[in-house]
Amino acid sequence: MVMGVLLELRNMSLSLGQRRVLDAIDLSIASGEIHALVGANGAGKSTLGYAIMGCEGYRPQQGTMLFEGKPIDELPIQARARAGITLAWQEPARFEGLRVCDYLALGASQGDPGAALEAVGLAPAEYFYRPLDKTLSGGERKRIELAAIITMRPKLAILDEPAAGIDLLSLDDLIAAIQAMKSTGSTILLITHVEQVAAHADRASQLCGGRIVCQGETQAVIENYKARRCRRCDGETCNHG
Amino acid sequence: MADFESLIDALRLAGEDPLQVLTPDSAHLVAYDHHIVGLQSIPGVVVLARTEQDVIKAQVTILEGFTIAQPIHLCFSLLDRFGGQNVELELTLQPGASATVWSHCLFAHAERAFHAMQAQVRLQEKASLRYQESHYHGLYGGITVRPRARIRLDREARYLSDFSLLQGRVGLLDIDYVIDVGADAVTELTSRVYGHAADEIRMREQVNLEGERARGLIKSRIAVEDEATAQVLGIMHGNAAGARGHVDCLEIVRGQGTVSAIPEVQVSHPQAKVTHEAAIGSVDPRQLETLLARGLEPDEAVDRIILGMLG
Repeated sequence: MVMGVLLELRNMSLSLGQRRVLDAIDLSIASGEIHALVGANGAGKSTLGYAIMGCEGYRPQQGTMLFEGKPIDELPIQARARAGITLAWQEPARFEGLRVCDYLALGASQGDPGAALEAVGLAPAEYFYRPLDKTLSGGERKRIELAAIITMRPKLAILDEPAAGIDLLSLDDLIAAIQAMKSTGSTILLITHVEQVAAHADRASQLCGGRIVCQGETQAVIENYKARRCRRCDGETCNHG
Repeated sequence: MADFESLIDALRLAGEDPLQVLTPDSAHLVAYDHHIVGLQSIPGVVVLARTEQDVIKAQVTILEGFTIAQPIHLCFSLLDRFGGQNVELELTLQPGASATVWSHCLFAHAERAFHAMQAQVRLQEKASLRYQESHYHGLYGGITVRPRARIRLDREARYLSDFSLLQGRVGLLDIDYVIDVGADAVTELTSRVYGHAADEIRMREQVNLEGERARGLIKSRIAVEDEATAQVLGIMHGNAAGARGHVDCLEIVRGQGTVSAIPEVQVSHPQAKVTHEAAIGSVDPRQLETLLARGLEPDEAVDRIILGMLG
C-alpha cells in the first residue's frame, strides 16, 4: 500500500449478467482528496460506487479492494459503513414516517444536524421536522442526503451525481457542501457529469466502457473527456488516447 | 381497585400515559369484561351505558353546536386470560358538533378470549369527529377481535379515523367498516397494524361516496412477519357528481408472512373519480441499503423502515 492511500482498487472486474461493467479497474484514492470520476452514461461510474459500498448484486468477481490497507471485499455494507465508507445515491430513497431530524441522527452520525442543513442551503427551522417522504422535491431530498453525509463525517464519501436535480443557481451551495465535507476530514469520490462540480476535485479519473482510460490532474482529465473520443466506446475498439 | 390498577397497567403496556388518558374531567366510558367501572358525561357530551345479557350497550351523544376540547375516552378491556366482551355502541354527533374520541381496546392478558363491537356512528350536518382507536392485544395472540361499524356522514360532516395495533400480538383481527359519505362530507380512514407469529389480520373497509363532492381516503399500512397473514380489502364507490376517492394500500412482508391487498374501486356517476394504489413487498432494497450505509445493522434498519411506515 502506498502511504496516504485511503482506498485502493486492484484489477477489479464486475459483470452484471453477461455484460462486463467494470474491467480491470486499478484506482488509488488518497486520504483527504476530492477525486472526481467522470465518464459518459453507462461507463460504469455508479456501478463502481455501488461496488465500493458493497451493495447487493455489485460484488466484483475479480480483484481486491483495500480500505486503509485492509481488504474489504468480504465485508457487508453496514460493516463498510462502520469502517467509514458511505454513499449518497443519485436518487436518494424516501422514507414514510421518518423525519429529517431523525434521519440526520441515524447510525454513525456525529455532526451537528442543523449546521449540516445550513451547509447544503436548507433552513433548519423549516426542514428539521419535515417527513423524508414524497412531499420533498427531488432537489430538497438530494440536499438532505448530502447533509446526512456531512453529519456522518465518513472517511470516504461516495457522492453519486450530487448535482443531478439541483438547479444551476444552487451549484455553488453544492460545491460549498462538498468543500465542507472535505474540511471535516472526509475523502470524497465525486461521481459527476457536471464540469463545474468536477473542476473542484484534486484529481480525476475517466471511465469508459468499464475501464479507467485517463487519470491524473483534474483539468486534463476533463479535457480528455470533453474531447468525446470515448463517446461511442464499446470497450474494445475505441482509441482512448 | 385492583381491577382499576390492572387497567392502568394495560394502558401502559399499550404505550399510553394513563394520567393523560384517564383525566377525571373528561367524558368517558370505561369497562372491563361486562362491568362498567367508569361513566361520565360533561356539558355537551352525554354518555349512557348499561349491561344487558352480556352485552355492554353504550350511547355517546355530542350535542348540537358543542366543540369538545378534551378528548372523549372510551376504554374496553378484558383483564383475565379467558372470557369475552360484547359491545354495542351508538355514537352520534349532532349538527355542528365537534369532538375527538380516544378509544382503547386492551386485552393484555388474553389467552383465549374475544371482543366483539357493533357500532353505529352518525355525524349530522357539519359535525366533525376525529376517532383514534388504539388496540393492545397482549403477547399470547389468543384473542379474536371483531369490530363492526356502520358510519353515516351527513352533509359537510368530517370523519377522520386512525386505527393502530403496533405493540404485541394481534391474534385474529377481523375488521369490517362501512361508511356512507354525504354531500360535501369528508372521510379519511387510516389503519396501521403489525402482525407477528401466527397472527391473522382481516380488514374490510368500504366507503360509499353518496353525496355530491363527497371525498374519501382509505389508507392502510400493514406489516407482517413470521407466519402472520393479512387480507386487506379497501373498497371505494363513487356514486355522485364531483365525488373523489382514493385507496392507498402499502404492505410489507417479512419472513414467511403473507399479505393480499385488494383495492376495489367502482364509479356509478360519470363525474365521480376514484383512484387506487397498492404496493406489497419486502422492505425496499434501496431504503434498506441507505440505512445500512449509515451504519445501521440489518434488523435495526428493517425495524426503522417498518415502524416509520406504520407511523
